[in-house]
Amino acid sequence: MAGPINWLSQVGSITKFGLMSIPQRRGAATATIIGIAGVVAVLVGVLSIAAGFKQAMTVSGSPDAAIVLRSGADSEMVSGLGREATRVIADSPGVARTAQGPLASAELFVIINLPKRSTGTDANVPLRGVEAAALQVRDNVRIIQGRLFEWGKNEVIVGSGAAREFGGLDVGSTLKVGRYEWPIVGIFSANGGVSESEIWSDARVLQDAYNRGDSFQSVYVRLNSPGAFQAFKDSLTTNPQLSVKVVRQSEYYAEQSETITRLITTLGFLIAFLMAIGAVFGALNTMYSAVAARTREIATLRALGFGGGAVVVSLMIESLLLALAGGLLGGGLAYLAFNNFHTSTMNWQSFSQVTFAFRVTPELLVRGIAWSAMIGVIGGLFPAIRAARSPIAAALREL
Amino acid sequence: MNTQGNDTLVSVDGVEKIFHRGAEEIHVLSNLQLRVPSGEFLALMGPSGSGKSTLLNLIGGLDRPTRGTVSVAGERLDQLSDHRLAAWRARHVGFVFQLYNLMPMLTAERNVELPLLLTHLSKAERSQHVKAALAMVGLSHRERHYPRTLSGGEQQRVGIARGIVTDPTLLLCDEPTGDLDRKAGDEILNLLQGLNREHGKTIIMVTHDPHASARAARTVHLDKGQLSNEPVK
Ligand SMILES: Nc1ncnc2c1ncn2[C@@H]1O[C@H](COP(=O)(O)OP(=O)(O)OP(=O)(O)O)[C@@H](O)[C@H]1O
Ligand SMILES: [Mg+2]
Repeated sequence: MAGPINWLSQVGSITKFGLMSIPQRRGAATATIIGIAGVVAVLVGVLSIAAGFKQAMTVSGSPDAAIVLRSGADSEMVSGLGREATRVIADSPGVARTAQGPLASAELFVIINLPKRSTGTDANVPLRGVEAAALQVRDNVRIIQGRLFEWGKNEVIVGSGAAREFGGLDVGSTLKVGRYEWPIVGIFSANGGVSESEIWSDARVLQDAYNRGDSFQSVYVRLNSPGAFQAFKDSLTTNPQLSVKVVRQSEYYAEQSETITRLITTLGFLIAFLMAIGAVFGALNTMYSAVAARTREIATLRALGFGGGAVVVSLMIESLLLALAGGLLGGGLAYLAFNNFHTSTMNWQSFSQVTFAFRVTPELLVRGIAWSAMIGVIGGLFPAIRAARSPIAAALREL
Repeated sequence: MNTQGNDTLVSVDGVEKIFHRGAEEIHVLSNLQLRVPSGEFLALMGPSGSGKSTLLNLIGGLDRPTRGTVSVAGERLDQLSDHRLAAWRARHVGFVFQLYNLMPMLTAERNVELPLLLTHLSKAERSQHVKAALAMVGLSHRERHYPRTLSGGEQQRVGIARGIVTDPTLLLCDEPTGDLDRKAGDEILNLLQGLNREHGKTIIMVTHDPHASARAARTVHLDKGQLSNEPVK
């Protein structure tokens, strides 16, 4: 008699009756949905910051490109390389070449202060001196407005992120830093990568302006293939004339983003976890009141022969559906509010601003909805068990 | 048609029921005996709190005795697991409650259909049974109505239709007219009497009302945990 089909149809019916009675409990149900939506929105929102930051840092590096720094330097900030060293590096095996020579760009940078558009306060922006190969040693760098600076002239091009975040960086205007004036002749994009937060000029001109002599901080190279990395690295690290550190671009940026990504992620989880505890109590409350309001209904169904197990499962499903509604709402809100929200933050490894966009990825949405489901299951379990366990005869006495 | 009612349908033997409320023990039924032959219409009377509902619940498999045996149609209810008991109820008993206990979000026909959801009947078969049951209680014209739009008497008739729709062995009614005025109550009693006389339903009805018990074929009185054939004063 009570076969599995029958049992499923029992679950279906009881769930349906429960959902049909939600309008009578819409206050508590709405509060639960909103509470859970809040948890999911915060979780997804905060994690989208980390995802966006990480994205900005990782699209910057491709596996067939490498960065060479002075040995012992964790970032370009604290690195230094002489002209001779940069030549040896550019001519090493594995470095891709074109008719113009090796695809290697010896670079240096200084940090300048510019007012943020949003707050008006000053923030650090890297002004980077590059060589001709700079556009080829990075992926997806394109001039999107104006033109490239002329070599030997004190002109600059501005990353699209920097142009958006900081005031006065339009093509045609002039960037004044200290005694120098740098006409802005173009805007470039880098597919959301870190370069977009920078301002570029000719390395030679920058060396002169800042009395850097003939020294650089890093060499960016494009390799023949990702597999060429090891040979390239070995040839440099075993060269007694050099004392350098060689990292893949992708790893360099991933490492740079790690601290901040981890900080944001930890913080996001912590906040969401605390809120989730609150939401579990909200769901518990809703389901307990649902069970209380339906004591007689449930007892009647059980008197008619509906099973206790079917009651438990149906109430859990009801709780789960309420929670999922909250999860979808929260995920949707987070998507609308945060996806592609542009901002900039301090990159602690370079002490300069990185501009990036929050990214509400499908993965984050799934994760947020999984959290809501968990809240629903935990919040529904105890009330459901109580409903199924309470003696029918006693429950029928209640009015 | 039921002509003969000699075979015992319900037999309650040496039943004791003790409730616990905190440390306090409430002895409701003690060493109680009852036999109900198939096809009988039995009224169960007694003062408030005497244990009428408790006894009815034991017979309906909603509760278990502390001691003693309860058998219905040869099945020992006191020995069935919760799960088997639920399945047994679905197949063998119809309940009629004082406050009707209808699902407010379901129409009359959906309410009546509820017990049929536990059978293997097809949708079409269920709908046939529902129509027949509603016709039997004279509510065919109200099948699409929600409980709140029905009078108390009509709601109770829906309750009875739900109780009989599976054609159960036994119909148990706990004060079915307790919440109704005299006229509506009489209609319900007519209905129950008809079900017993014309359709051979075995009915046990708990009531306070002598007017109601007068409709039954036999009345037993519950007092101090025991049954007797005379009202105890
Ligand atoms: N689940 C329970 N837990 C504790 N005590 C109970 C429980 N069910 C019933 N009782 C007690 O058992 C006694 C008998 O209750 P029962 O409902 O069977 O009486 P009744 O004869 O139906 O009364 P009424 O005419 O008021 O409906 C009462 O004292 C009641 O308080
Ligand atoms: Mg009672």
